[in-house]
Amino acid sequence: MATVTDVKVRTGRRGELGLLGLAVAIAVLARGLVDYHAAYLEIDQMLIYAGACTAVALGIHLAIRRWAPYADPVLVPAVLGLNGIGLAMIRRIDFAYAARGRETDFGQIQTMWTLIGIGLAIAVLVIVRDYRVLRRFTYTAGVLGLIGLLLPLVPGLGLQINGARIWISVFGRSLQPGEFAKIAFVIFFAGYLVSNRDTLALAGPKVLGMRFPRPRDMGPLALVWAAAMLVQIYERDLGTSLLLFGIFLSMLYVATERISWVIVGMGMFAVGAVAAGALFSHVGSRYTAWLHALDASVYSSGASEQLVRGLFGMASGGLFGTGLGEGRPDLVPYAESDFIFASLGEELGLTGLMAILTLYVIIVQRAMRTAIGVRHGFGKLLATGLGFAMALQTFIVVGGVTRVIPLTGLTTPFLAYGGSSMLANWIVVGLLLRISDQARRPDEVAA
Amino acid sequence: MNEPIRRLSVVILALFLTLMIAASYIQVAAAGSLNADARNVRTLYREYGTFRGPIVVDGESIVWSKPVDDPFNYQRTYADGPLYAGVTGYYSIVFGRTGIEQTENDLLSGTADKLFWTRLSTLVSGETQRGASVELTLRSQVQKAAADALGDSAGAVVALDPRSGAVLAMVTSPTYDPASLAGHDSSQVNANYQDLLAQTNGPLVNRAIAGDTYAPGSTFKLIVSAAALEAGYSADSELYAPDQLELPDSTKTLSNYGGESCSANERQTLADSLAMSCNTSFANLGMKLGWGVIERKAEEFGWGSQLSIPLAVTPSRLPVNPDDAQTAMASIGQYDDRATPLQMAMVAAGIANDGELMTPYLVDNVRDANLRVVEQSEPKTMSHPMTRADANELTDMMVGVVEDGTGTLAQIPGVKVAGKTGTAETGTGERPHTWFVGFAPADNPVVAVAVLVENGGSTEGEATGGKVAAPIARAVMEAAIAAEGGK
Repeated sequence: MATVTDVKVRTGRRGELGLLGLAVAIAVLARGLVDYHAAYLEIDQMLIYAGACTAVALGIHLAIRRWAPYADPVLVPAVLGLNGIGLAMIRRIDFAYAARGRETDFGQIQTMWTLIGIGLAIAVLVIVRDYRVLRRFTYTAGVLGLIGLLLPLVPGLGLQINGARIWISVFGRSLQPGEFAKIAFVIFFAGYLVSNRDTLALAGPKVLGMRFPRPRDMGPLALVWAAAMLVQIYERDLGTSLLLFGIFLSMLYVATERISWVIVGMGMFAVGAVAAGALFSHVGSRYTAWLHALDASVYSSGASEQLVRGLFGMASGGLFGTGLGEGRPDLVPYAESDFIFASLGEELGLTGLMAILTLYVIIVQRAMRTAIGVRHGFGKLLATGLGFAMALQTFIVVGGVTRVIPLTGLTTPFLAYGGSSMLANWIVVGLLLRISDQARRPDEVAA
Repeated sequence: MNEPIRRLSVVILALFLTLMIAASYIQVAAAGSLNADARNVRTLYREYGTFRGPIVVDGESIVWSKPVDDPFNYQRTYADGPLYAGVTGYYSIVFGRTGIEQTENDLLSGTADKLFWTRLSTLVSGETQRGASVELTLRSQVQKAAADALGDSAGAVVALDPRSGAVLAMVTSPTYDPASLAGHDSSQVNANYQDLLAQTNGPLVNRAIAGDTYAPGSTFKLIVSAAALEAGYSADSELYAPDQLELPDSTKTLSNYGGESCSANERQTLADSLAMSCNTSFANLGMKLGWGVIERKAEEFGWGSQLSIPLAVTPSRLPVNPDDAQTAMASIGQYDDRATPLQMAMVAAGIANDGELMTPYLVDNVRDANLRVVEQSEPKTMSHPMTRADANELTDMMVGVVEDGTGTLAQIPGVKVAGKTGTAETGTGERPHTWFVGFAPADNPVVAVAVLVENGGSTEGEATGGKVAAPIARAVMEAAIAAEGGK
């Protein structure tokens, strides 16, 4: 006897609301501590901030209920938690600079970028009703990505800051087009790979018991490799180069299921990076500053001073940190942006860093879970690419600050001061919400 | 495609695990060496950025931390900096610490183990950590009197309370202002420091305890006298006192100061020899006693001891295995005898305190930020170099020095003063170093003093201990007696 049962799908929206409450509490308490230690705590200001945070969190929540009701419920609270910690830390560094007579309003500007970023994420949900339409823009995205990547090299437009040429100047503001190019490339790679994965997966020659791709299929890989090398040499940025190449390799692997691609690609990148280090002094000096950071000569030349100061800061934080507002993060240059991770390490300690890294793991693993859950190949590649991009970017920045890899000019997603990164990463969140909404939506055919 | 996505997730976890291990390494495993790195200004800022306890004299802070609006938060401030510089030392962001600022650093900064409970309570109450205050034994009146009396002359004054060993005054000249090295402008501090280093008379040196050691000259006759009394001599024992003493195995002869005669008949008592500071009789006495006896007596008075009061004191030295001629010279405080002014003050203090020498000390007590006493110094006996009877006999002899011997300028109206002058040849063609050691009141001593003036100081004419150093000692003893009365 057949009966029609109406299976209620759990959307997790109520759980999301609870987690959002937690994220708002973290953001508000962190700011409270910062203001308290700066002797700036005013109760009505705090109430306004708490109210604003709650309103923003509720706003996203309602938007998700309206436009992506089945979206992953953990993603936004985790991102908002990170964002709140970042805002508090940047405000704290404003106070530290002010105490030394340097007036900055990084905190306010970053708050503005956060609001715009959240707006963009919601806009993505409203405009992109089905992520599959993005596939139509595969090549458009590829071109846009390339333009974004190369814009900083245009004379008169590009800006070289702190050694790296990854900024452009727009209306008197500096912008990192690479952050947006990253998203464009993920869309391009996903579209391209889903169409060509069968060819790329074809078996080629067997070397040392492993099946390698056919040489004639090497074209795309070689192209991306060349672009990555150009970025490293001419934009002087190992970070963007590594990120771009890493995203492509990971997506190529997922598309073709062939580990040999990864081996060939990593080999090419290693050879290219070593060659660039040997041939170009500015690339080489970055490697020296990394490998011999604590050497007296390298330190006194200034090459590793920022890195080492960051290490000093983290070391002084120890296991539990000095407490928000009680350390000296301002002793590290760019404490609010490139080195926000070191600033957080100093004041929140290893305990705080572990919590922050765990939040990243949660965000990225939710993206991966979405990739597994979504049915369409394009969606799988898109979610994988976006998730892995965030993971790799975090690894490159934090790894640079903790001396796992050479220091680069990328920004820590959601934490570091910087508009481009904030906007781009919230767009990524919007896209992931959209894909996860479709992945978790009950079978539409049945509806 | 799901299998590679799962594998990629594992790779991502591995990446983050690497970051977690790196952060753990930096913040825990390598934290010690990173925090100790000399380039790490953060350690400096943290240490220099905390409220440091004051250094107190007579209940008033002479050194304290004043809140200021710069990255260090506090400015170390010195009242009467030059007056106390030899004792307090300086506290510099560029050159570190010296003096009490260095030896009592863990108490002043609040990191000492003794302050554990204080730290714990501030942790619970959420107050910021504050260092302990260190109260010195110095008496400001005595210290000022000593510095004023010494004036511009290079030299040192040490005054001790013979009953306890407490240091009442410790003055070294020339001096410097610690404030000039405690500023937060490192280039200015550096320039000031180079200026001080460039001065040839060494203002950064504490001559009282840690400068060059000086030949004690005739003040060393106190040690020979003490050894003689122990060996059975008395104040009235007659000594051989020729005008010229021929030194054995040597072509040289030894004469008295200024070629004077001590006696018409080449005989003189021990007491008169001391009062007139007769060289020939003491040189001969020294040879008769033998160097070993004198050496042991000097060591009982502190020669060769490593003292930290808590400032490190340079040990005073004696010649090693001198022959007879050298023994003769060493018995009148020349040859290889060397002493710090503190050592000579200890000689006076040991005699004054009935033959019981107390260990000198500078820190009276330490109180935590809540004014609870965490450390209180108790007087400690260092040695018993003399019997009470011998000490009293030597005291009477020293009173003779001041009443009608070489030390008359140390007389204080209404107070019996015991003392001994010294005029030590430096052998460099320069004017001699002049000494006075003594104590007062002789029958109930409250202060023992040693005064050293290098090369006769700024006085004109003949430089002797009796002329140059005795008046300074007198001023110091007067101030100490007045301070004792006012207690």
